[in-house]
Amino acid sequence: MVLKTLTGNYAVATAVKLARVKVVATYPITPQTTIVEKLAEMVETGELDAEMIRVESEYSAMAAVYGAASGGVRAFTATSSHGLLYMHEMLWWVAGSRMPLVMAVVTRSIGPPWNIWTDHSDIMGQRDAGWLITFSENSQETLDETLKLFRITEDERVYLPGIVTLDAFIMSHTSEPVDIPDQSLVDAFLPPRKQPYVFKAGDPIVMGNMPRDLKWNMMVREDMCRAMERAKRVIEEADELWGKLTGRKHGGLTDCYRCEDAKHFIVGMGAWTGDMRDAVDHLRDRFGLKVGLIKVRYFRPFPSEDLIKWLNNAMSVVVFDRSVSPGAEGPLYIETVSSLASSGVRSPVKNVLAGLAGVDLAPADISNVMLASVEEVEELGAFKQRVTWFYGGE
Amino acid sequence: MPISIKDLPKEKYVLPGDTACPGCPENMGLRFVGMALGGKVILVIPAGCTSIIQGLAPGSGLNFPILNVPFASSDAVAAGLSAAKKILGEDAVVVAWAGDGGTADIGFATLSGSAERNDNIIHICVDNEAYMNTGIQRSSQTPLGAWTTTTVGGKKERKKDLPLIMLMHRIPYVATASVAYPIDFIEKLRKASTIRGFKYIHLHSPCPVGWRFDPMYTVTVAKLAVETGMWILFESEDSKVSISPSSRPYLDKSKRKPVKEYLSMQGRFRNVTDEVLKEIERQVDENWSTLLKLAA
Repeated sequence: MVLKTLTGNYAVATAVKLARVKVVATYPITPQTTIVEKLAEMVETGELDAEMIRVESEYSAMAAVYGAASGGVRAFTATSSHGLLYMHEMLWWVAGSRMPLVMAVVTRSIGPPWNIWTDHSDIMGQRDAGWLITFSENSQETLDETLKLFRITEDERVYLPGIVTLDAFIMSHTSEPVDIPDQSLVDAFLPPRKQPYVFKAGDPIVMGNMPRDLKWNMMVREDMCRAMERAKRVIEEADELWGKLTGRKHGGLTDCYRCEDAKHFIVGMGAWTGDMRDAVDHLRDRFGLKVGLIKVRYFRPFPSEDLIKWLNNAMSVVVFDRSVSPGAEGPLYIETVSSLASSGVRSPVKNVLAGLAGVDLAPADISNVMLASVEEVEELGAFKQRVTWFYGGE
Repeated sequence: MPISIKDLPKEKYVLPGDTACPGCPENMGLRFVGMALGGKVILVIPAGCTSIIQGLAPGSGLNFPILNVPFASSDAVAAGLSAAKKILGEDAVVVAWAGDGGTADIGFATLSGSAERNDNIIHICVDNEAYMNTGIQRSSQTPLGAWTTTTVGGKKERKKDLPLIMLMHRIPYVATASVAYPIDFIEKLRKASTIRGFKYIHLHSPCPVGWRFDPMYTVTVAKLAVETGMWILFESEDSKVSISPSSRPYLDKSKRKPVKEYLSMQGRFRNVTDEVLKEIERQVDENWSTLLKLAA
């Protein structure tokens, strides 16, 4: 192992190299760009033995890596924001084809107006496509999770594509020390590529023509849901094995911080879960409040069981969303509430919409929100408002 | 090497159970692809008539490996697939088989990008001159004056000259072909398969349903397109353009049949006025003249 200072984007590129990816196709978009540049450099210098297809759009990037994966090799792409939206149609096609494939998404807001800072609108717009979606908190987790995704997506119990996300700039361009595993360790962790079928000349298989019975078409969707369910176990196993090999376990679908005796909970995902940890420490150490953090590491498959387990006896829950579905609420809130309701958990849950368009949220802001929320629930036994917009500050 | 029909492989690539309309030119084209390249082919097929023609899963009416893909994506998927086959050291000819929509319109950026990168694939544009699969709507390949369900008074614009646009990409091989001239098409396919890089073949494919003629006349109409000079068979290797033998007689304008003969066989041109006819005739001359300048 080597300790190196890496940005989140370089951590992704390093993981791609270690995974021995054979085809890379990408189209540059801020702030994903340095992933593309690094990979192009690695291919050019021979550090990475792969074909680089320098496509003319994100749509073609996803199409090209899909073609490569269907041809039997490990492939990778990365994008962000509008680029991800431009890929949308292909994302459904890849997942419906049950083709293992890994992509990094540097989460960035959607225009108008133009804006390059982080929020989760881009990735949340892809939640129904059938991809595994994981959020990371720091560059180490980004590197580790990218590698794990290759193993998880190529597991025959899953055979679905996966996305590792990292927040724009906060992670993509911020340097942190990252433990880089040896190639031999990665090779031991990551078996040769497996996939459900490979396109070859002389083998007349057909993918995607119309089915004789529409029920088969519906069953394709049902089977993807079942694979997502099975993926929960596969994700846990990958985390266990990675922990054994490297000493680093990030948790399976969720990571609970100071949850054991917690009465009030923060639920969040992505880079700001680091700030949420600070807020939890502050609220506990300074105010003696029993606050815990549930960091949602995988949004797909959604960790319903974990949330039910942790929030069963919660006095209050505040879900921070970095994106919103106009006409409803934040997606993490919607799914948290739905999971809890499905098993009869009646804890008060509030949605704080914050950090959209890159509006900064400091640990102190999170602490203030929590102080007010705890006070409100202790006084009223419930939240006055289900959803609040919070711009930081007082 | 000259090809004779009796030497072509007997293996069938279009099987009973396909769901093409009677007189469909796409099935003819696919048969010729099989005869030319046989088991070396992997087809990448975007949305279009051939999505339907191949028949219903879990069966297939086509004896090729087929990766069906979204409308605008075929060349990029084919490029990735071709890269994978190269990496794995497998012998394969990856063919993007797309209609005029998937090639000239919605798929055009993808096509142009792939051509510019010189990806090692063959793109065949199966041109039936409108969006036939959705029920005969106009495309950029619909000719001037033609009726479609979105140009009920006849199309006001002329056909975009896609083969020449592809020629200007300076790719190693560009050719036009017609379903009425299988030997010419097969020769071009075989030549294309020996060239590394991006190969473009534009296959003129008269559609009985969309062009409003009896399905027994698919070949007749396709032949007339060549004999009237409306469709010119040519090929270009490394930007050297040559008119193909079947079109060569029509270099001489006096040898060409009247354009009206071609138009009058098709219901879609029923309401073409004399003025529009004159303009179509002028465009035929102009197309020849442009091509001959490039061939010189």
